[in-house]
Amino acid sequence: MTTMIEVKNLQKKYGDLEVLQDISANIKEKEVVCIIGASGSGKSTFLRCMNRLEDITSGQVIINGQDVTDKSININKIRQEVGMVFQHFNLFPHKTVMQNIILAPMKTRGISKEEAVKKGQELLAKVGLSDKADSYPGSLSGGQKQRVAIARALAMNPKVMLFDEPTSALDPEMVGDVLEVMKELAHEGMTMVVVTHEMGFAREVADRVLFIDKGVIVEENEPVELFSNPQHERTQSFLSKVL
Amino acid sequence: MQVIFDSLPYLLEGLRVTLYIFCVAIVLGFILGLLLALLRLAPIKVLNWIAKIFIDAIRGTPILVQLFFFYYGLNSLEFVSLDRTTAGIITVAINAGAYFAENIRAGIQSMDKGQTEAARSLGLTATQNMRYIILPQAFRRMLPTFTNQAIISLKDTSLLSIIGIADLTQQGNVVIASTFKAFEIWLAVGVMYFVMIYLLSLLSSYLERRFELR
Repeated sequence: MTTMIEVKNLQKKYGDLEVLQDISANIKEKEVVCIIGASGSGKSTFLRCMNRLEDITSGQVIINGQDVTDKSININKIRQEVGMVFQHFNLFPHKTVMQNIILAPMKTRGISKEEAVKKGQELLAKVGLSDKADSYPGSLSGGQKQRVAIARALAMNPKVMLFDEPTSALDPEMVGDVLEVMKELAHEGMTMVVVTHEMGFAREVADRVLFIDKGVIVEENEPVELFSNPQHERTQSFLSKVL
Repeated sequence: MQVIFDSLPYLLEGLRVTLYIFCVAIVLGFILGLLLALLRLAPIKVLNWIAKIFIDAIRGTPILVQLFFFYYGLNSLEFVSLDRTTAGIITVAINAGAYFAENIRAGIQSMDKGQTEAARSLGLTATQNMRYIILPQAFRRMLPTFTNQAIISLKDTSLLSIIGIADLTQQGNVVIASTFKAFEIWLAVGVMYFVMIYLLSLLSSYLERRFELR
């Protein structure tokens, strides 16, 4: 399988604070990788460096053959291929669900409204929200918002999807619906990088799990191995608290 | 009462001039304010400074001094020739622009960072993000402060009578000079300003309801 994302010696500093130290990782096409770790470990920052929502201090992130850190490259073009789902959904509250979905395809790719709406309807059906096309985000529940956010990201036909704690802000009864949509995506062969606290999801869906602590990848393995037989003392300590 | 009816044509002519100057100045002022706000927030230091100095200069001087500067000051230069109305419009527009700029900047900065992140993560450019995501939301939030500034600017236009612009206030002066009915005429002029401003605030609350943040 070809490499989708290659991270080489990534370092991220806020002033003197080193949030990520020399991280290297490979994510292959169609692979689902979950990133786990305590809050403040740098896992979200790591994810956000992948589409350069965070400036990268040093090192490289290469997505689909293109170096994200190369200043001469058009970062907007790369981001069109990299979907992102946020903890707090970040839907556009002044636009309807359908307008949220069709905005980027129309403005960045010049797709006609008819075509964008057609695709939007397919995506809403896929996330189980066909009846919400004309609703505003304010009238949706958290779980519905997050499914719309996933549909919005998918509308760009991304090659890879980044999820930044997609279920952390949801009421417990909403989590299942969102995870269900993500599982379906994974089964369709979407390349996914998921920062999550949902160990059950990581165990069931991930091909690989990375454990990050204090800005370094402490351990990585297949989920079954990592969860049942963690090698590193810090991994053991973290897992004993969350499992 | 009769004197008010008799002078009504003159006062209405003044009202027309006041409305004309106000409308042109408020539109120009808004465009200027938006431009200044974007310069204040631009990722280029020099532009931030230029906008800041301009805004500080306008906010830090009385509007009457600005009016005299634009009309008498600039016109005293050989290569400048501004008529009264132009100088008046420039004064009110620039003044409104400086205040609009700070309101718009505050509105933009009050937006949740997540909105920009979501837009940029979809591949929208910084400009597209500003145009489709940030400004439409920020403007809705800012509507009450816009109304406030519009009301202030409308009242500021009455200062233009000092350089002889035939606005509502000046027409009041003129009518009184021939009728000597100061009480009735100033009362009528006051009522006319009040009605304009009341209509403006009605329009504003209509727009606020129409564009309610959902």
